[in-house]
Amino acid sequence: MGSDSNNLLNEITQSDYKYGFVTDIETEYAPLGLSEDTVRYISAKKNEPEFMLEYRLKAYRRWLEMPAPEWAHLKIPPIDFQSIYFYAAPKKKKELSSLDEVDPELLATFEKLGISLDEQKRLSGVAVDAVIDSVSVKTTFSETLAKHGIIFCSFSDALQNHPDLVKQYMGSVVPYADNYFSALNSAVFSDGSFAFIPKGVRCPIELSTYFRINAANTGQFERTLIIAEEGAYVSYMEGCTAPMRDENQLHAAVVEIIALKDAEVKYSTVQNWYPGNKKGEGGIYNFVTKRGICKGAGSKISWTQVETGSAITWKYPSCILLGDNSVGEFYSVAVTNNHQQADTGSKMIHLGNNTKSTIISKGISAGFSNNSYRGLVKISKRAENSRNFSQCDSLLLGDKCGAHTFPYIETANKSSIVEHEATTSKISDDQLFYCQQRGIDMESAIGLIVNGYAKEVLNKLPMEFAVEAQKLLSISLEGSVG
Amino acid sequence: MILSDITNFDQIFRENLKTIGRRDTEIVSEYRADALNHLLRLGLPTSSNERWRNTDISKALQTDYSIFFEDFQDQLKPEDYFTCEVAGLDTWLITLLNGWYTFKNSPLRILPSGTIIGSLSRAMVECPELVENHLGKAADNSENAFTAMNSAFATDGFFIYVPDGVEVTKTIQMVNVVSHTDPIFVQTRNLVILGKNSKLRLAHCDDSHNHNPGFTNSVTEIIMAENSNLDHYKLQNINDHSTLINNTYIHQEAGSKCTTNALSLHGGFIRNEIFVKLNGRESSVDVYGLYLMDKKQAVDNYVFIDHAAADCTSTEMFKGILDDYAHAVFNGHILVRKDSQRTIAYQSNRNILLTDKAQINSKPFLEIYADDVKCSHGATVGQLDTNAMFYLRSRGISEDNARLLLMYAFAAEIINKISIESLRDRLDDMVKKRLRGELSICDQCVLHCKTPDKPIEFEIDLSKV
Repeated sequence: MGSDSNNLLNEITQSDYKYGFVTDIETEYAPLGLSEDTVRYISAKKNEPEFMLEYRLKAYRRWLEMPAPEWAHLKIPPIDFQSIYFYAAPKKKKELSSLDEVDPELLATFEKLGISLDEQKRLSGVAVDAVIDSVSVKTTFSETLAKHGIIFCSFSDALQNHPDLVKQYMGSVVPYADNYFSALNSAVFSDGSFAFIPKGVRCPIELSTYFRINAANTGQFERTLIIAEEGAYVSYMEGCTAPMRDENQLHAAVVEIIALKDAEVKYSTVQNWYPGNKKGEGGIYNFVTKRGICKGAGSKISWTQVETGSAITWKYPSCILLGDNSVGEFYSVAVTNNHQQADTGSKMIHLGNNTKSTIISKGISAGFSNNSYRGLVKISKRAENSRNFSQCDSLLLGDKCGAHTFPYIETANKSSIVEHEATTSKISDDQLFYCQQRGIDMESAIGLIVNGYAKEVLNKLPMEFAVEAQKLLSISLEGSVG
Repeated sequence: MILSDITNFDQIFRENLKTIGRRDTEIVSEYRADALNHLLRLGLPTSSNERWRNTDISKALQTDYSIFFEDFQDQLKPEDYFTCEVAGLDTWLITLLNGWYTFKNSPLRILPSGTIIGSLSRAMVECPELVENHLGKAADNSENAFTAMNSAFATDGFFIYVPDGVEVTKTIQMVNVVSHTDPIFVQTRNLVILGKNSKLRLAHCDDSHNHNPGFTNSVTEIIMAENSNLDHYKLQNINDHSTLINNTYIHQEAGSKCTTNALSLHGGFIRNEIFVKLNGRESSVDVYGLYLMDKKQAVDNYVFIDHAAADCTSTEMFKGILDDYAHAVFNGHILVRKDSQRTIAYQSNRNILLTDKAQINSKPFLEIYADDVKCSHGATVGQLDTNAMFYLRSRGISEDNARLLLMYAFAAEIINKISIESLRDRLDDMVKKRLRGELSICDQCVLHCKTPDKPIEFEIDLSKV
């Protein structure tokens, strides 16, 4: 690329984070720092059943013994857990039953985010559960869903109204001792979303959760639990943003998906936490454990993610393919710019016969960022006729950034086929020349090529999200480079 | 001595320092002491070490090995052990028995062209400046415990020096045979120096002579000056109770070209670590490997290619067929440094599993910090192509033969990369034998063939398929 495009790339990397506003909402905090008392405080605040408190305390004690993971290709500055508020909630004035009662400031926040609850409710037919700081503020469409027997509510509501379901499934896919951040989350998680699709029901609308960290010095620890019973289908979307702040904020979430026989769960994420400024100051540390289990035969779990935000991303959505003929999919676009770091990928654990998995990962690095794909495909001895195809491509924009690929392939079955391919390159001069020769300016040409590069994954997103994701890609790499 | 207890090494080093370092120059003895410190700091690898994640070395370290710091076999007739000859291949043969250089005439031969071949410990005395200037230049003791151990303890090995502008016409064949009545721990250190515009072909064989357990920890440093050219073959055919750790460090300057090929046919446990540093512009390296393992054999290939200069090319291809309970690990790591623009790096690892008990772990890594690069990697694990199988069967070829043919075709891609024709033919034969289960560890070395057997043919004519 010539100096033109270098200038352009520089320009592109100067673009701003448009979700960086702070909303002035009265907020209630837990005492600063982390201790058993904090854990008890959160549990008491949420009026949780006894088993939940015990679970939290077990997780907390385990977490104390665990070392912070260092294996990822990330530079993680030490995190001072004693200077974080582990619970922050918009002060509740009274119970809300309709949007009119929601704090207008809050509504304005979502308006700015482009996900006006009201508008979404009317126009797009998407049920939204919005989580701000630590608690779920509003769930729309609950009534409509209830008619089908679908439960879609905040995690706290689920604990109050359906404790048996929570008790049965929580921690069954991601045990609290799974890793450092899942243990932390299990101890201090404040809220999240809960979805239950009963047997044979095809969820008529997309379910969506919007996460926002608003208050300063807080960590957000949410937990999502999705259960699809036999033959059920659901498409679930998740989006997130945070204000611009100079200090780093911690986000450690756990997502668990259980798909029983012939069930299908499609989980889409557009992650756009504040990535920090151009010097790499501030931004969210995004340490997320996402895992689904295809428990029954013929079930399917599909992860799609567009990762554009966060100063550090540490995230490996995984599928345990336990049931025969089950299918796991992972589609990812990860964009890093400025001083962002991402270490993301997927794990596909094949345990059942005839299980199939696909991994398509597209990394785009610009600025001084580092973008790594890290994945595991494991075929166990008894997973007859299993099949995996993985493809991870990296695109480098600029010579100060890094793109890395760390695939792990472990096969112990002769009837299985595993294929992995990866490429790393920059935008080819030929392609740029071709576009420019046809009168497309450099900026549009780069945009066109990058868009085409990510298309394979963007196509997998639900329509409402695909539009947002494309916009996001554009913002992350400026106007047209999307 | 039990290797697993790291403190043993400290004690043994101090007790035997006089013997170990009897020919050391000052610089070399400092190098040893430094390496020992690294070894004690690092400790021996366990599976919690990322590079050893899928390989358990602990069992091999439990055996009680005898270890020698002085040549203990003066009464020996080398010709009883080394009858290595490849039909039609004229070589300069140099040999090690249990880690000690064996010779009839002189331990250090100087060929008319100025090329020096012979024993490293002898070279330390006769041309100390060459050894001092190059020993330890490519190998890194600070990260690899076995390399550090070798640097601290090894006293002998091969030494080859090719002066500037010299093309060595004959292939040099280095053969290391391990043959001892009780378990023996052997450490060899090889140093190969190629001057500017020089050219060398090197075959490096590791063999066992009987079925006693042995542990070989070998480090080979190859230093290639500008525009030098090297063809390097490693043939490994050791018994099922033996362990071989073979760390090869290749340092390449501008315009140099290297091909290295690791062929592992038999072995209880073989670990090949290949580190290539492309330190000068427009240098290139091709790293190939083939492993055919069965029973409870294990092979672990670790390849690290460091693109430290611009305009370099690297190609990596490793293929393996695993039968019975065999276990193979492939770790490929390509590092493209910040200013290494216009790098081309390809990496591929393909495996065939023949049973459900066999296991493969493949980790093809790319770590890239430059943007103008073309890098790709691929890894596959599968079985023989059913369509191809059907095609052969439908033409009346028996199932066994069809399977052999397909396996052979799979392996042939690597065999065909061998540029020395006679060696290629020999390897071709050996692979066929190996696939038919007829190649055991030879009574002699891997190229044992004073009177080469009749070439082995499949029952059908290959050329017609």
